[in-house]
Amino acid sequence: MEYEEAKEKLVAALQKKQKTKSKFYFNDLAKILEAKPRDAKKVINRMVQEQVLEYWSSGSTSLYGLHGTGKQAAAEHED
Amino acid sequence: MAKHPTPMLDQLESGPWPSFVSDLKQLAEARAQNKEGVEFQIPADVAEDLLGILELSYKHGRTHWKHGGIVGVFGYGGGVIGRYCDQPEEFSGVAHFHTMRINQPGGKFYTSEYLRNLCDLWDFRGSGITNMHGSTGDIIFLGTTTPQLEEIFFELTHKYNQDLGGSGSNLRTPSDCIGQARCEYACYDTQAMCYDLTQEYQDELHRPAFPYKFKFKFDGCPNCCVASIARADFSFIGTWRDNIKIDQKAVQAYIGGEIPPNAGAHSGRDWGKFDIQAEVIDLCPTECMAMDGKTLKINDKECNRCMHCINVMPRALRIGDDRGVSVLAGAKAPILDGAQMGTLIVPFISAEPPYTEIKETVIEPIWDWWMEEGKNRERLGELMKRQGLQKLLEVTGLNPDPRMVQEPRSNPYIFWNEDEVEGGWERDINEFRKDHRR
Ligand code: HEM
Ligand code: HEM
Ligand code: SF4
Ligand code: SF4
Repeated sequence: MEYEEAKEKLVAALQKKQKTKSKFYFNDLAKILEAKPRDAKKVINRMVQEQVLEYWSSGSTSLYGLHGTGKQAAAEHED
Repeated sequence: MAKHPTPMLDQLESGPWPSFVSDLKQLAEARAQNKEGVEFQIPADVAEDLLGILELSYKHGRTHWKHGGIVGVFGYGGGVIGRYCDQPEEFSGVAHFHTMRINQPGGKFYTSEYLRNLCDLWDFRGSGITNMHGSTGDIIFLGTTTPQLEEIFFELTHKYNQDLGGSGSNLRTPSDCIGQARCEYACYDTQAMCYDLTQEYQDELHRPAFPYKFKFKFDGCPNCCVASIARADFSFIGTWRDNIKIDQKAVQAYIGGEIPPNAGAHSGRDWGKFDIQAEVIDLCPTECMAMDGKTLKINDKECNRCMHCINVMPRALRIGDDRGVSVLAGAKAPILDGAQMGTLIVPFISAEPPYTEIKETVIEPIWDWWMEEGKNRERLGELMKRQGLQKLLEVTGLNPDPRMVQEPRSNPYIFWNEDEVEGGWERDINEFRKDHRR
């Protein structure tokens, strides 16, 4: 899959779920992309670089979300 | 006069041990006085507020820290652990109190100049509170604010040639024992291997794509000074496969009392005359040692390299010369499932740079398997339990080996697949009935 196409697909899927969920496991993203983890990682890394996605971490577990979404961002006034 | 009264914390100071409460009070005092005239970039009273909020947590029996956050430095998904307190008005000094993990140098060797630089940076841009070292091995910087993160990262990387470590669902900062730098028991260069794999797997360290955390730990010998066998997803433990080298003269010197056992480590008390039978031979777990007149004999085929005899008589007994590592997988602390020790998956493999065999036949195939099959927050050890050791052997192509059996009935089952068996599962029932009655 081309990068742009993959990006659109992922953003659309995450936006659709936005009402109920703002943070996703890496594997959830790989599933949406229908890609092997290593291929999905290339896309996801680039989307983080482009600030489309951002990391969230509990310290022990990492999650991903669309940039600027989720409770933490609101609490931090970083929207 | 302290900013917040802390009667419960004060009581902790009365114990016989060094107290973190006393340390924090000392720091609070030093920051209040600020003799060196540091231009603190985060509140000067951070230590006071830290004590205050801890006292409040004791009072309520609940934590006042929120869980997690999006803070980090750009492009890194690990190394910073966001922490915010839920009483930011009363305890403004710790409204943000993020942790940074600093990738410790191999073997934890520092120059005092390096430590001083790190501490100066942290006094300036953080709380000044450190933890040397976290259980991952990292140097832990405890407590700074979001705007300081990029500044600290820039200085660390540009001035001190120092990277952040791992946190979250990625490769955690690999850690090693002091190894060949100081220890004659080291069967391989732990620091070289730790450094090489840290460099090789930078993407795994900084950009989380694993189901959960993953740890590499390197012990030069089975004494396991970094306890890799109990707490690393991959434990690399030095070993040898030839014979323990015996200096019979030195054995006699131990027996005669000329050399103190355990390098004198237990000499604070009189334990009586050294008794090689009781203190070494009878304690050998595989019962493979014996005195034959004045000669110490070891049946090396039975030795499991527990290190006991070598630790007691280091000048008489030395590790063998044909050295490498054993790789164990799946140790972990109890989070989802119970605690687990590592399971032996590679009895012996060369540990010479560039470690290609270890990378290509052990680490990477197992990662691929775990990344695909691992459930969210499932450690490798849990996946190994769920899908079985046999599945691990299948993905790595490693051959089953009796040494992988932990104990009878825990993991001895190796099933043959039809394609591995001559003639497959089909049989001619009439042929069979010729020899076996119904
Ligand atoms: C090549 C032939 C055989 C193989 C590969 C084999 C394999 C096994 C295995 C893997 C176990 C489980 C061990 C464990 O739980 O630790 C077992 C248990 C057992 N086998 Fe066999 N077996 C063989 C022949 C036999 C024969 C001929 C008998 C009896 C006439 C027998 C009687 C038993 C019994 C009673 C147990 C249970 C032992 C216990 O409760 O601890 N086996 N066998
Ligand atoms: C009155 C007669 C018997 C008594 C009281 C008796 C009792 C027991 C007991 C208490 C166990 C342990 C069960 C467990 O821990 O799970 C056992 C296991 C066993 N017994 Fe018996 N037994 C008797 C007769 C026999 C006979 C005649 C045979 C064989 C022909 C036999 C074969 C076995 C085997 C193979 C096991 C191991 C089962 C397993 O865990 O795999 N027993 N028996
Ligand atoms: S693990 Fe072994 S080699 Fe490493 S420091 Fe400890 S005793 Fe020495
Ligand atoms: S290393 Fe341990 S198992 Fe090996 S001979 Fe010495 S005491 Fe026995």
